[in-house]
Formats: sequence, C-alpha cells, structure tokens
Amino acid sequence: MTSKQEIDAVLPPRRRGGWRATVALVAALALAPIASASQQPPEPPAGFVPAGDLPAREQLPAAPLVIGAYAVAWLLVFGYLWSIWQRLGRVERELAEVSRRIEAGGRR
Amino acid sequence: MKKLFLPAAALLAVMFAYAPYAIDHAPYESTMGLVQKIFYFHVPSWMVMFTSALVCGSASAVYLFAGRPTADRVAQAAAELTVLFGTIGLITGPLWGRKAWGVWWQWDARLTSALVMWLIFVAYLLLRKYGGAGSEKLSAVVALFGMANVPFVYWSVNMWRTVHPKTTVVMTLQPEMGRPFLLCALAFMGLYGLLLAARVRLERRRAELETLFLAIED
Repeated sequence: MTSKQEIDAVLPPRRRGGWRATVALVAALALAPIASASQQPPEPPAGFVPAGDLPAREQLPAAPLVIGAYAVAWLLVFGYLWSIWQRLGRVERELAEVSRRIEAGGRR
Repeated sequence: MKKLFLPAAALLAVMFAYAPYAIDHAPYESTMGLVQKIFYFHVPSWMVMFTSALVCGSASAVYLFAGRPTADRVAQAAAELTVLFGTIGLITGPLWGRKAWGVWWQWDARLTSALVMWLIFVAYLLLRKYGGAGSEKLSAVVALFGMANVPFVYWSVNMWRTVHPKTTVVMTLQPEMGRPFLLCALAFMGLYGLLLAARVRLERRRAELETLFLAIED
C-alpha cells in the first residue's frame, strides 16, 4: 500500500485557499458595474445649445456661403450661355463656308 | 419661336433683376437665419433638373420607339441642362448644409440618390461624346434610367430617414417666403425653356451642316 505522503508527492501541489479567490472574483464581478458607474463622467446638459448662443469663434458666418451659392449659380448659367454662343457661332461659320463652296461648285 | 425669344429673354432679365430684392425682403427662417436664403435658388434648380430629366427621358423614348431625330436633339439638349442645373443644386446644397447641418455632405438617401441621378446624365453626355456610331440609341436607354430615378429622388426624403427637409416644406411656406420662391421658380423654368430652345437650335444647325457635308461628298 502507498502512504499518503507518497501520493502527495506524485500529485501537483494542492492549492490552499482556492475558495477565497473564487469569492473575491465573484465579488469583484458583482461590484464592477457599481464601481464603473461611479467613475463615469458627468452627463452633458439635456437638449441642444442654440447656434446663436455659441461663442463667436465657433460660429460659421452665413454671408460668404449665401454669396458663394448665388455666385456659383450665375457663373454656371453664364458659362453655359457663353458655351452655346461659341458653339453656335462655330457651326454658323462652317455652314456659311460649306454653302459658299456648294454655290461655287454649282456655278462651274 | 424666334419672335418669342427676345421678349421672353427680356421678361426673364426683369424677373432675375427683381429676384435679389424679393429674396432680401423675405423673412429670415427662425432656426437657420440668413443661410436659408440659398433655398430660393437651390430648390428651383432641382425643380428644373427634375423637369429636364423628364424631358430628356420622354424625348429619348420617342426617339427609341418612333425614331424621330428631332426628339433625339431635344433629349441631348435636355441632358446637358439636367447636368447644368444638377451641378447648381449639388454645389448650393452643400454650401447651405455646411451652416445648417455642420457638414458639407451626408451620404443619406436624398443626397446620394440625387448624386447618382446627376452621374447618370453625365454618363449620357460622355456616351454621346465618346460612344461613336450608334451611341444615340444607347444613350437614349441611359436617359430612360435617369428619368426613372426622378420619383425616387423626389420622394426619398419622405420614404427614408434623412437630414434633408421633406417635400412638404415648399407647400407650407408662409406667403412672405412663398412669393419670392414662386418668382425664382418661374424665372428658373423660363430660363430653362430659353436655354433648351437655344441648345436645340444648335443641334438642328449641326444636323443641317452634316447634311450639307454629305451633299458635298456625294
């Protein structure tokens, strides 16, 4: 028969106080939300801050945006008008040239 | 048409000259303030873009199914104007949004669908320019897809959650804001009509030139 000392020598050393560690872990897990809640930053004030109440450096001036929008619209319209004018002028010149050539060919 | 062109252009010039005064005298919107004044050009430009997309799509359908060259010319002219007024809308919108929403752009249903529609008509023009022979019919099909997008873009603000105001805003405007808006909308529609007429004339003259060239070759 093997003695108790011989068995203890073969098996890995028994952990002493394991139950204490388990209790500590469970307690830590249970108390974690309470601890984290106590560390959360304070809640921001409810609702919105009106844009007019913002400090001047955080406010975006509206006038350049409005002027920019109207300027872009007019620039595009006039640019397009100019492009039609140019293209129409080129086609009219070519038409006149071709008509002249046809007339010259007909006279021969 | 020629007789109407000059009086119509003069009337439009008067309307557009009066528009800044009317816009300036319209009341400020309570939350957005001055930047909301972009509305008077932004919304009419989209109205014209939608109209132009519908004109382009309808003319393309006529060209595809009836083979009328005039319809093709109208479609080409309308596609160019769709891109022009879409560009105005796509630039003025972010300028307004930067102040009102705090961002230049938001990938929400209205803005994204509008951009996609604009890209379809850009694709139409690229196809016309670089597509070679037979691109007229192919681009007419593209125009039909572009036209099919119009209701989706229009109702996108009512169907999906988006930062963009709903379509009901225009109908519920107070009269002091509604009158300058109506003036701008009519002026934009008139401008569209004149530009379309001029652009169709350009295509007609090109077709005549082509006929003359063919006559010389024969």
